[in-house]
Amino acid sequence: MTAMPGAVGLEMRVAASTVQVVAVVVGGPLLLGLMAKVRARAEGRIGAPVHQVLVDLRKLARKERVRAEHASGVHAAAPIVLVAAAAVAVAMAPLVTTTPVLGHSADVFVVVYLLLMGTVALALAGLDPGTAFGGMGASRAMTIGAIAEPALLVALLALSLQARTSNLPAIVAATLAHPAWTASPERLLALVALVVVVLAETGRIPVDNPTTHLELTMIHEAMVLEYAGPELGLVTLGGAMRLGLLFGLVANLFFPWGIAAPASPMALLVGLVVLAGKAAAIAVAVALVEVSTAKLRLFRVPELLAGGFVLAVLAVVTGLVTR
Amino acid sequence: MSAGRRDPRGGSGQPGRPRHETEAKLRTSCLIAPDELVPEATALLASGYRVASIAAHDDGHAMRVVYVFTAGPPDRRVELQVRLDAARPSVPSLAAVSFPASRFEREMHDLFGIEPTGHPMPRPLVLHQHWPEQWHPMRRDAGPMPAMRSDAGPYPFVQVEGPGVYEIPVGPVHAGLIEPGHFRFSVVGETILSMKARLWFVHRGIERLFEGRVVDEGVELAERVSGDTAIGHTLAYCLAVEDALRIDMPEASARLRALLLELERIYNHVGDIGSLCNDVGYGLAQARALVLRERLLCLNEAVTGHRLLRGAIQPGATAVHRLPTAGELSEIGDRFEELVELATSNTVVMDRFRGTAVLAGADAAGIGTLGVVARASGLGLDARVAHPIPGLDEHCLVACEESGDVMARMWVRAAEVRESLRLVAELGGRATALDLTEARPAVLGGSGLGIVEGFRGSIVHRVEVDAEGRLTRCKVVDPSFLNWPALAVALHDTIVPDFPLVNKSFGLSYAGNDL
Repeated sequence: MTAMPGAVGLEMRVAASTVQVVAVVVGGPLLLGLMAKVRARAEGRIGAPVHQVLVDLRKLARKERVRAEHASGVHAAAPIVLVAAAAVAVAMAPLVTTTPVLGHSADVFVVVYLLLMGTVALALAGLDPGTAFGGMGASRAMTIGAIAEPALLVALLALSLQARTSNLPAIVAATLAHPAWTASPERLLALVALVVVVLAETGRIPVDNPTTHLELTMIHEAMVLEYAGPELGLVTLGGAMRLGLLFGLVANLFFPWGIAAPASPMALLVGLVVLAGKAAAIAVAVALVEVSTAKLRLFRVPELLAGGFVLAVLAVVTGLVTR
Repeated sequence: MSAGRRDPRGGSGQPGRPRHETEAKLRTSCLIAPDELVPEATALLASGYRVASIAAHDDGHAMRVVYVFTAGPPDRRVELQVRLDAARPSVPSLAAVSFPASRFEREMHDLFGIEPTGHPMPRPLVLHQHWPEQWHPMRRDAGPMPAMRSDAGPYPFVQVEGPGVYEIPVGPVHAGLIEPGHFRFSVVGETILSMKARLWFVHRGIERLFEGRVVDEGVELAERVSGDTAIGHTLAYCLAVEDALRIDMPEASARLRALLLELERIYNHVGDIGSLCNDVGYGLAQARALVLRERLLCLNEAVTGHRLLRGAIQPGATAVHRLPTAGELSEIGDRFEELVELATSNTVVMDRFRGTAVLAGADAAGIGTLGVVARASGLGLDARVAHPIPGLDEHCLVACEESGDVMARMWVRAAEVRESLRLVAELGGRATALDLTEARPAVLGGSGLGIVEGFRGSIVHRVEVDAEGRLTRCKVVDPSFLNWPALAVALHDTIVPDFPLVNKSFGLSYAGNDL
């Protein structure tokens, strides 16, 4: 299916993937903190420090475990599934390097469905305790997911067609070899589509408002209202990791320079720094968009995502026509 | 009620018309037999009056109900009083001719045990089901409260049945710093089929607390009926007391009071516009609104010594430290226009507001809504025009919208802030003194009515004062009491995630409703 660039030893691949997972576990919460900070500054507030989410996670980890009365094992297992699926996806995705361990398995479908696994686990967890809000949030999350996932797949398909591989590290490596691709029409269309989907998948404005206290308007937060303590920490961490992964993927698929290809200790360090810079730039941009717009009416969200889907389809068609 | 009153002006030496003529023009009061009530009320309602307040009174030997009907402009106030048998008090229900009356009757039934005969839904309203039965806290002989019932079943919410219908219970404890209220939604998908608001979690018995206080001690209670309406309620209370004690306030005092009322309107409307933006996730506008609101609260403090404008108005007295300057007002006006521009230039915000939760004009009128809610649905009700503060000669424009949606309620608020800023500048410019106290007449006792257009709508206080200058009854009507039922009507066919926005656009008080 693909030729991984260069021959890289297994140890180096394992080291690279470890770096990626650690980077996303630490970096995802930092991105959340950075976005909150940018928002606060734009609104004229000082805001919490950028590392606040990490501090919160440590606090949650030390808290007592409180379970919802009617919750079953599904509720307990979902945060673990969410974090584990995100960790596997992070380990195999081209974030710091194009040669992670399991990189040859990092097919578009595998990564997308690993993310979907976490979404479904959370939706089931929302339904599990039998509260009205959990069910409401799960229903909304599934409605949005049902439109966002195809758009995500089709957008990535446009890139796959161009690179003639559905392997994500290979797409990044091929992009590095053909810099002109990044300015091609199908890439730009796919980029817009992906940005829309990423906003939906990470629960940002205009799709969801992560900072609201209004239960009735929540999507993601409504699903996880029954979580507390360490489990809430895992759910937050899982969300932050997905955000880190998606931002990193968008950065590397459309602007791959700086990624370690192939992995070597020095290249990994450079790759890490460059990834952090790119993800932070995306986070700042998203936060600025968030602060200057409002949340869409719930029934307009499918229209936005359908728009993203259409752009993704256009990207594929453009790719096929201009080939 | 006017019988036995003497000319109260005594030694105050105020020039002007004899007081009883003024009172006759403003308020007529007549005692009628219970069987005359329905035809009399029907005739008043047919000639344009609204039910402003229905208050029961326990006179010890007998029960008495005072029905206040108001209309304006010109300012007209009619009181119908009905005496009842203390042993088995009951009144014919006005529910068939007035929806607001049906709510007052249920309140009266809970608090006084007066039976509204012929009421179509004589369920408890104020007291929740676990309150002791047959114990009516506003009765003179109520005594200490018996234990709450533990055998009271759950509240009988209307069960909506059908495929895919489910219920969402929200509150009374909410995630934000908001007052307690329980909302029960029956929903299909995201569409609200019906919503039942369950309030009265903060029933403090505030009307009972007024009783026995000398009139000056009532101010601290009036200021706390609803914390954000300190001026509205205090002014209504003081106007009622001054009406009862025949204290004539000079025009200069009326102007200062009108100015304070507008300051209260401005800071609350600015806060509400910011909250509307916040409820659609538009943080930037909310942040700007909060900064502007803080600026206004600081101005309030400079003017009255209190951020929420407490302490400036007393019965027979009005005092401020200083007046807002023209520079301050124009700066606030500029910043307000920036805020409105920021909110209304955002297409997503406008899309969320437009067409959301329409309250039709006919519904608004039938329910008896007041204030911003009524004006956004095309009803030009404004007590500043209908019942101006006695002595005030300043006219204001009534902001009115027709569409009845969230957008209309926001536009009404925006237009009112502009008009209020103009009024503050105008009234401040004509102020002659900052501290005005009127001499108290020696003769005390009587009843009085105060009507004020607070920022939510018309506030009505009716007091009765005994010969020692102590309150024997103070009936408080916050416009929220009349506006809450309209929320459920406007929500029909609205989607669940729009509820917080709709609720905020109504901007009703829980404390002012629960009393």
